[in-house]
Amino acid sequence: MSRIGVAFDKARADGRALLVGCMPAGFPTVEGSIAAMTAMVEAGVDVIEVEIPYSDPVMDGPVIQKASDIALAGGVRTADTMRVVEAVAATGAPVVVMTYWNPVERYGVDVFARDLASAGGAGLITPDLIPDEAAEWLAASDAHGLDRTFLVSPSSTDARLAMTVRHCRGFVYATAVMGVTGARTNTSDAAPALVSRVRAVADLPVGVGLGVSTGAQAGTVAGYADGVIVGSALVRCVLDAPSEAEGLAALRTLSAELAEGVRNPFR
Amino acid sequence: MSADALAPLAGPQPDSAGHFGRFGGRFVPEALVAALDELDGAWRTAMADESFRAEFGALLRDYAGTPSLLYEARRFSAKVGARVLLKREDLNHTGAHKVRNVLGQALLTKRMGKTRVIAETGAGQHGVATATAAALFDLECVVYMGQVDTERQALNVARMRMLGATVVPVINGSRTLKDAMNEAMRDWVANVDETHYLIGTAAGPHPFPAMVRDFVRGIGDEARQQCLDLTGVLPDAVTACVGGGSNALGIFHAFVGDEAVRLYGFEAGGDGVATGRHAASITGGSAGVLHGTRTYVLQDADGQTLESHSISAGLDYPGVGPEHAWLHDSGRATYLPVTDDEAMAAFELLCRTEGIIPAIESAHALAGTVALAPKLAAELGREPTIVVNLSGRGDKDVHTAGDYFGILDKER
Repeated sequence: MSRIGVAFDKARADGRALLVGCMPAGFPTVEGSIAAMTAMVEAGVDVIEVEIPYSDPVMDGPVIQKASDIALAGGVRTADTMRVVEAVAATGAPVVVMTYWNPVERYGVDVFARDLASAGGAGLITPDLIPDEAAEWLAASDAHGLDRTFLVSPSSTDARLAMTVRHCRGFVYATAVMGVTGARTNTSDAAPALVSRVRAVADLPVGVGLGVSTGAQAGTVAGYADGVIVGSALVRCVLDAPSEAEGLAALRTLSAELAEGVRNPFR
Repeated sequence: MSADALAPLAGPQPDSAGHFGRFGGRFVPEALVAALDELDGAWRTAMADESFRAEFGALLRDYAGTPSLLYEARRFSAKVGARVLLKREDLNHTGAHKVRNVLGQALLTKRMGKTRVIAETGAGQHGVATATAAALFDLECVVYMGQVDTERQALNVARMRMLGATVVPVINGSRTLKDAMNEAMRDWVANVDETHYLIGTAAGPHPFPAMVRDFVRGIGDEARQQCLDLTGVLPDAVTACVGGGSNALGIFHAFVGDEAVRLYGFEAGGDGVATGRHAASITGGSAGVLHGTRTYVLQDADGQTLESHSISAGLDYPGVGPEHAWLHDSGRATYLPVTDDEAMAAFELLCRTEGIIPAIESAHALAGTVALAPKLAAELGREPTIVVNLSGRGDKDVHTAGDYFGILDKER
């Protein structure tokens, strides 16, 4: 079983959900992003999702767009992401990479998979790659033992949902609201129904993303999902802070609050 | 002929998933797949429905003013050394070929029961066309436009607002067309139940490239027949400018099966492809994924999209429709860059010889034709006949061209 699978199983046995925290590589700098992700792990984030900054992030809201722009303006390269993955994986936390497809295709799909695996990465989340177009990635991820997380959506038909879940390994990413990433005051009502639909077709853990920003929301999502995925709210801690030290402090505080939330599932 | 502009045609088609060879397809968030499937179904059903075809044909005729003329430009021809026939899409309502596409998609929007359309626009032409169709069909309309473009195309922003559209300046990324497209995609993901994304060119995820091509392919169907009526034979070459590429596909499609007819697409070479400041995705880019499709893209070594540069806002886009990528790979069509200066020279030549002010986009097709004519004449050993898609009129470009030629009176 994959490292992600083991982590989900352990959380399930402990009666809690897994906390997945997302941060773009190279934001605000390569070293700064490693420090941020390390702080997140130390404050209780279970799995780190490293996003590769991309020039045209159509699934991301303003917070992650801005962080990606800062990283790209700083000159971050795909090879730097591999270095970030390696450094964060050394903390012992499982690391997954989230990326739009073109940077992977440009790097070379098989070479990317090989380098990600050797950096200690567990798998890849692909927001704009659907299994229908993923033949090369399916082969490369099999060859290099990487997990594959495709997204399912409230608008997915039953047939597409089953097909998509069948191609996932590690965990399934349920996009709980129709829309881009970003903190919301109310998380979606559609999410529990979507998680149930995934559970009806597979025994894979389901992570729910898009919108969580507080411990209470994390607890609510933990009530029905296996994983709570938080991005924009964490990125904002760094983005809004007047200094890097204050950003790390805010990140630790929010990470701890979210970690507390996933340990108190609201059922 | 526009009465049946959607009649089934035996031209080249993508596979059922929208692949043109190794290009095309769908690289989109799963959240959009249901909407794309719905659109695909609605389009195929409409194509097979005679009442839809009749309604579309009547709109093209009575509202858009097609078939557009095929005009023999004798004085321009004499300068160029070829018999040049201009397909006068500049005479259509709203001033470009784009009205054909927006009328088709607006009709489909109604059929799908949706009440809102969104669009991206660079120079504002597609935004104006969409706002026009939205007014005609009583649809809510939101147009995303990069902030750089809203400032340099203030008149088109005003036109859209007059037509009842909401114009949203986009302040992300390079604040131009590609960022407007990103923002429109984000809107669509969030509002897909009641919203249709009315993409302005033959790019984006399946079914957009094939669907848009079909809505504008009347250009070529008309031109082919008009050329036969006028000259008795098919042309030696058909030329068009290529940004996203809808006007070029629109005129190429009817001729793809005519092997003797050469097809030329002229890309925006900006300051010259070698300078890196251009928008020539096929001649100066590489295969990649952008805005939901696999095609030729201007990108760096890490797959980050590069900014494009062209004097023509309508060609200033770092990608191209996937069918062009395929026609390029197969060798059926030839793609060549035309620099800003070459385009502006041809712009001036058409103004002075024919009394027609072309869109700067279309001036790229004219410039490419000027360069092509002597080569084709030498190859054929006679004067060639060339059909040029004059895809739009230049009213919108008067300020840019006035600046370029230095003929604007200084502000007092």
